[in-house]
Formats: sequence, C-alpha cells, structure tokens
Amino acid sequence: MKNRRLMILGMILLLINCCLPLVTAAEEKWAGVDDTVVGKYAKEHGREKRVSFINTDQGDLLLFVFLLAGVLGGFTAGYSWCLLVNKEARLLPTPKQKP
Amino acid sequence: MKSFLVVIFLIPIVCAAPAHAMHISEGILPFNWALFWYLVMIPFLALGIRKLRASAKEEISFKPLVGLITAVVFVISCMPIPVPTAGTCSHPCGTAISAILLGPWISVVVAAVALLIQALFLSHGGITTLGANVMSMGIMGSFAGYFVFRLLRRMRLNLGVAGFFAGIVADWVTYASTSAELASGIRGTTPFFELFWQILLSFIPTQLPLGILEGAITSGMIVLLYKKRPDLLVSMRVIKAEEVEA
Repeated sequence: MKNRRLMILGMILLLINCCLPLVTAAEEKWAGVDDTVVGKYAKEHGREKRVSFINTDQGDLLLFVFLLAGVLGGFTAGYSWCLLVNKEARLLPTPKQKP
Repeated sequence: MKSFLVVIFLIPIVCAAPAHAMHISEGILPFNWALFWYLVMIPFLALGIRKLRASAKEEISFKPLVGLITAVVFVISCMPIPVPTAGTCSHPCGTAISAILLGPWISVVVAAVALLIQALFLSHGGITTLGANVMSMGIMGSFAGYFVFRLLRRMRLNLGVAGFFAGIVADWVTYASTSAELASGIRGTTPFFELFWQILLSFIPTQLPLGILEGAITSGMIVLLYKKRPDLLVSMRVIKAEEVEA
C-alpha cells in the first residue's frame, strides 16, 4: 500500500516535471543550469561571470582537472569506506594509543 | 566488497566532466553582497571546525567517516547529471547525508572544503562567491536536511524513508536559497520576490527530479551504513542502540 502511494506520488512529480520545460525550455541542449538560469538572469541584470583566479577553463585542461578530481575523490571515498567497514583496519589503534 | 569499491572508484572517472549548477560563479554578486554572505558563513564555519575537532577525539571511526563524506560531497556536487525531461544538466549536493551522519555544523565545514577546492581548481563557483555558495549548499541544505530527518524519525518513520525526504528537502532548499541570494544580489530596481520566483521556477524542471535522485542516494547510503556499521550510526546518534538490537 505504501509502495503504491509512493509510486503514484512519483508519477505525479514526473508528470509535473515533463510539463514545466514547456514554460522554461533550455536553448542549448544539456547546458548546466548555471548558464541557463544563474548566468541568464545575471546577464539580464547587468552582471557577468568573471574568469576564475586560477583559470583552468582553457581547452581540455578543465577536463583533465575534473578527471583528476574525480580520481582523487573516488580513491578517498573508497579508501575511507574500506577503513570503516573492514574489521581489521577498525581495530588498529590510533598512533596516540600505541604503548 | 571489492566490486563495490571498484564501482565507487569508477563512477566519478566515468562521469566527471565540467558542470555548473547551483554554484554562483565568480563576479556575479556585487561586492557588498559577497562580503555579507562571507560574514554570515564565518560563525557557522568556526563552530563547525570546533565540533569537528571535539568529535575526532571521541570516536575512532570518525576520521574515515569524515573522509568518506567529504569525498562523496565533493564528487557529487561537481558531477553533472543530465535531466532528459528538462534538457539540462545539474548536480545533487550531498549535504543531507553529511548533515545526518556528521551533524549540520560539521556538514558546513565539509561543504566549505568541497566548494573551496571547486572554486580554486575547477572553475566551479568562485572565491568571491564562496560565502554565498556555502550559505546555500552548506548551511541551508545541511540544516534543512538534518531537521527533516530528525522530525521524520521522531514521527517513527523508518531510516530509509526519513533519509529519502531529508535528501529531497536539502536539495530543494539549497536551490531556493541560491535563488534568494541571486535575486537579492542582482535585482537592481526589480522587486525581490518577482525575480526570486522567476529564478526558482527556472530551477524547478532540472531540480525536481534531481532532488528525488538526491533523496534516493541519501536513503541508499544510510541504509547501507546501517547494514554494514550499525554501531557507527549509534555512536553518531543517528539511531538508538535499541533499534540495532531489534
């Protein structure tokens, strides 16, 4: 019964979502909402996006930086998860607890 | 276990690409508003760092948990997810999960670290707008998600459902806050509420389904931790000890 209600709620939300783009359709396909919403309204009110202090948005450099960030983030998450669920790692004393 | 680690490791590699969403970019907010949001952020951040230090001394598993959550928030909040019904891309925030597990104050620190790295190296957000971005994602998102989770748990809803709605609310509140920050900063002579509703309405087609996705991610992570480390959820005061025994 609960699952049925949740499914109906999900269907209604999906239906509303399908209708909303008719009002606010994005001009460019798969653009981030930063451009289609934040950037658009800022520009309309005379505010423009400035180049970042460390500008990595140059050619494929940004892709490289994102890839590197993804690798480091994924590794950190995986390693921390391993420490959390691995019983042996969990039982290791912290440096302060060593005799 | 190994396959789970491989999936965690591979998802960001496969999906990582430049994305811009709730982050307010460099230079969009006028100086006075950027400064105002910094001043609002600082006390939350200071208290969060203090609580982080205190909690790290109490619980041995706290540091790996903070590491896991920070990495998850960082990756999730710069991972573009295409929304076919809207034709745009955006990202979840991940602050609901960090607020539930670490508490809303420490969640502010986690979000600030993630947003600072993104602003410095990923051209994602900005240093001048860091205060505003931490306010919407770190403070508003964390506290909204945390209170919804606590409220629903007090109403005796199960862990997964409470996490699901906390994730949804945290995401939607984050974007509502961004709309308010943007409207107040750039409005000029336009009435605040007129611009606020315009911006909020423009976010809805993308964030409505993404909020639901964020709810599912939050719920999934909490249930997974409950299955793997229920003792950790007890020590983090997410659940009571009696619930584990039952």
